[in-house]
Amino acid sequence: MRELDFAELGLREINSQLNSADAASEEKHWTINRPMGQHAIACGLQSPLDVQIKGHVGFYCGGMNQQASITVHGHAGVGVAENMMSGEVRVTGNASQAAGATAHGGLLVIEGDASSRCGISMKGVDIVVGGSVGHMSAFMAQRGNLVVCGDAGEALGDSIYEARLYVRGSVESLGADCVEKELTAEHIEALTELLRRAGIDHAASEFKRYGSARTLYNFDIDHADAY
Amino acid sequence: MCGIVGLYLKNPALRPELGGMFQPMLSEMSSRGPDSAGVAIYRDPVADGHTKYSLAHDDNQFDWKTIDTGLEQALNCDASTRAIDTHCILVCDAAEAEVVGWLAREQPDVRLVGSGASLEIFKEVGAPDDVYRRFDLGQAAGSHMIGHTRMATESAVTTAGSHPFATGADLCLVHNGSLSNHNRLRENLQREGLEFQTENDTEVAAAYMTWKLRQGVSLHDALTESIDDLDGFYTFCVGTSDGFAVLRDPIACKHAVLAETDDWVAMATEYRAIAQLPGADQANIWEPKPQTVYSWGGSDGAVH
Repeated sequence: MRELDFAELGLREINSQLNSADAASEEKHWTINRPMGQHAIACGLQSPLDVQIKGHVGFYCGGMNQQASITVHGHAGVGVAENMMSGEVRVTGNASQAAGATAHGGLLVIEGDASSRCGISMKGVDIVVGGSVGHMSAFMAQRGNLVVCGDAGEALGDSIYEARLYVRGSVESLGADCVEKELTAEHIEALTELLRRAGIDHAASEFKRYGSARTLYNFDIDHADAY
Repeated sequence: MCGIVGLYLKNPALRPELGGMFQPMLSEMSSRGPDSAGVAIYRDPVADGHTKYSLAHDDNQFDWKTIDTGLEQALNCDASTRAIDTHCILVCDAAEAEVVGWLAREQPDVRLVGSGASLEIFKEVGAPDDVYRRFDLGQAAGSHMIGHTRMATESAVTTAGSHPFATGADLCLVHNGSLSNHNRLRENLQREGLEFQTENDTEVAAAYMTWKLRQGVSLHDALTESIDDLDGFYTFCVGTSDGFAVLRDPIACKHAVLAETDDWVAMATEYRAIAQLPGADQANIWEPKPQTVYSWGGSDGAVH
C-alpha cells in the first residue's frame, strides 16, 4: 500500500501519481492523508485502484472516476463524484451540494446526508444516501437510481426524465412532473440489490418510488401562454 | 465568486491568538477573491461614554492628528487616533451624531467605515495576504473576526466597495453573491434618508439592515425580513458585538459551511478555510440550511 501526504505533496503531485498507476501497475491500494478540504482530489482516475482518503475533502472529489474505488473517510464538498463513469465513490460522512451531478455510471454511496441538488442531471449513476437529501435533488435526472434512506427536501425530481427515485422517509414536496409510482416486485428486487451493494441495511419494502409522469416530454400547445 | 470567513472564539484563553488563527482562513479564500479583502475584528472595547470609529482615507500619508485635534476643538471632547496604513481608529467621547456630522462637514474625504464599542474594520484593494499584513492583524488579539475576499462582479474594485460594510453600532456585513434589485432598493432607502458611498450591491444590503435595526427590529428579524426584500443570491455573515450570524438565500445558491468545537465556531464559504484551524478534523461540521438564520454569541457562546 502506498501512503501519500496531501499537505506535503499537494494536489498535482497526488493526482499525477494516482493517474500514473494504470491497470498494469502492481500498486492497487493508496491512502491519502491530510486532504485539508482541498478540491479535485483523485479526479479522473481510469484504473481499478482502491483509494482511501483520510479526512474531509473539498469540491469535485472523485470526479470523472472510471473503475477506481474511492472512499472519503469524512465529509465531502460540492460535486463529489461529479460525472463519474464507473467504479465506486463512498463518503462516510455527509456530502455537500450536487453530489453525483451528471454522473453516467458507477455507484456513489453517501453514508450520512447529502445537501441540495443531489443527483442533479444524473445520467445513469446509482446513488445511495444513508441519510437525507436537500432541496431539488434529482433535478432533471435522466437515468439511474437515487436511493434516499432518510427524507427528501423540497422539489424532489423536478423535471425528471427516466431516473428512478426511492425514498424511505418523507418527501417535503415533489418537483414538476415527478410523481409517486408503484413499487413492484421488480423494483423491490433492484432496490434490494442497490442497498446490498451500498452496504446499507434497510428493507426495500420500506421505500416509496418516484419517477417521471412524462408530461414534459412534448410541447403542449395549452401551455403556450406560459412562455 | 468572493469568499467569506468568520471565527468566534468560545474559549477566552485563545483570544491572544485570534489574528494568527484567522490569517490562514482568509488566505485560503484568496483564490475566490483576489482583488480586495477586508476584516472586522472585535477587540479592546472602549469605556462607557466613548465610541470607537474606523476611518479610511485614500491617501495613506493623510495626517490623522488633524482629526483628533479638530474634533477636540470643535466639540470640546476627548479624542484620540491610532493610524494603521490607510485606516485610523478614532476613539471619542462626544455624541456619535456630532462626530459623524463634523467629519462629513470638515473632512469629506475621510470615510467612516464602522463604529461601535469594540468593532474595527480594515479593508483595502489588493491580495488578501497583503491587506492582512498592511493592517498588522497577524498578531491581533480579540474575541471574533469576520472577513471577506472579493472578486468584484457588480461594481468597481475600490476600497470603498470592499467588504465589510457597517450596518450599525458594532455591526457589519460581508456578502458572497450578488443582488439583482439593489438599484431600486437603494432609491427606496435613499428616500428613507440613508446615504451611500458606492454603487455596490452589498452596501445596499447593509443599508437595508441599518434601516431595519434603526426601527428597533432585532438582528434576527432584520435578517429574516431581508429574505422577502432582497432579490438575488447570497450568503451573508453579520458580525455583532458578541458573535456573528449567517444567512443563505432561499435556494442556497452560494456555498457555506459551519463548524464548531469546544474552543471555537467558524463559518466559511468553503471547508478548506476551516481546515486550517486547530481541531477542525474533529469539529462538528454542517451546511447551514437555506433562509435560516444561524447566530452565535453572548455569554454562553451558544447557537441562538
